[in-house]
Amino acid sequence: MAKTQFTELQTIRVRVNGHEYEREVPVRRLLADFIRHDLGLTATHLGCEHGVCGACTIIMDGESVRSCLLFAVQADGAELQTLEGLADGDEMHPLQQAFWDNHALQCGFCTSGFLMSAVDLLNKNPQPSEEEIRHGLSGNLCRCTGYANIIKAVQAVAEQSQS
Amino acid sequence: MKPAPFKYARPGSVDEALALLQAGGDEAKVLAGGQSLVPLLNLRMASVESIVDLNRLDDLAYIKRDNDTLCIGAMTRHRQIEVSDAVQAAQPLLCRAAAEVGHLAIRNRGTIGGSLVHADPAAEWPLVAAALDAQLVLRSQDNSRTVAAREFFLAPLMTAIEPTEILCEVRFPVAPAGAVWGFQELCRRPGDFAIVAIACLLTLDDSGTCSAASLAVGGAHSTPLHIADVEPIVVGSQGDAAVLTAAAEKAAAAVEPSGDVHGSADYRRRMVKVLTQRALQEAWGK
Repeated sequence: MAKTQFTELQTIRVRVNGHEYEREVPVRRLLADFIRHDLGLTATHLGCEHGVCGACTIIMDGESVRSCLLFAVQADGAELQTLEGLADGDEMHPLQQAFWDNHALQCGFCTSGFLMSAVDLLNKNPQPSEEEIRHGLSGNLCRCTGYANIIKAVQAVAEQSQS
Repeated sequence: MKPAPFKYARPGSVDEALALLQAGGDEAKVLAGGQSLVPLLNLRMASVESIVDLNRLDDLAYIKRDNDTLCIGAMTRHRQIEVSDAVQAAQPLLCRAAAEVGHLAIRNRGTIGGSLVHADPAAEWPLVAAALDAQLVLRSQDNSRTVAAREFFLAPLMTAIEPTEILCEVRFPVAPAGAVWGFQELCRRPGDFAIVAIACLLTLDDSGTCSAASLAVGGAHSTPLHIADVEPIVVGSQGDAAVLTAAAEKAAAAVEPSGDVHGSADYRRRMVKVLTQRALQEAWGK
């Protein structure tokens, strides 16, 4: 195996929402910026850029991660899912539908991160209690609606999966 | 903000990582889960010339039991520890502490080794490492040494690790028969850093009499602080109110907290007393 060297540019390959992409990136480029600027997938939002607000949450290899706390080069070979990959064609994902039905968004800036966090939460715990939902989404900040309707929306999906 | 430019390498083995670190000199930094380092880089509160990324070193991500020792690879993610049956069986306090680290997306990515080396005095891993007398295995290109967690933390964000060393493994004692634990953390929101946190492990006999005890405080001192003076107070007792009060007062007297926007020094000291009492009550099931 070739000896690993320090580099400033690397070519990476990622699979995002089922599509393969290959790009050359400066190693300091944040994964969130790569997704938005290099791939043009702007549903992933950047709020604080230091891992506090949760707006940039995506799914990487099946787990929610903050894309502002990863460098794009670290995702080389990974499978990513962003909000663009959540709906099935014109059919909204049950969480998207529940956010719509329960008025769980106002300005919408935080919504993408909330949805991706909720996807991971329900994957790991399909029947969470209200407290578990609050705990599970505590890493996402919403500055307009408060959290009541967001919790309600996630509860609605959990109840659907029960019935 | 965005991080300042740096050079990056992603080694495929620990030996290669150690060689890169040696070659990078003082300006090279190890990247583990990145949940503390990357915010500092993004905010430009820290800058590095080069980064050695350990995230592809699968041989540093494991949980193994070796008789009375639980060995956890430094690149094991918080979430893996939180849900590990092996950890739950060997030392359940670790699962409890892991569940309090950050938020789900942070636990999916952050590592036990990264948290220990970052050495935030309010973080969960440094606290339980001090409480349980964990041993940290550090490797450099030509040396390997084991440092007790109680001697590893020197000051906020300062540890005994050398720039050319990598923390490879964390060793916790397996909880002995009769072990019970308490874990109390005060924070404004689940996932925040602790304002004050207490971890304790007691060994009780059938009558509830304590034969061994260890307790540590986080968030109220420049390092996580093991308070040895609590042990002689609680050992031999059954945890009645007077004992708990005396132990809590001892803990509060031992810390030298500093104040910040989350709580004054005085408040933190008082909370050490309150939470020590609660942690011991929790352990005793009172």
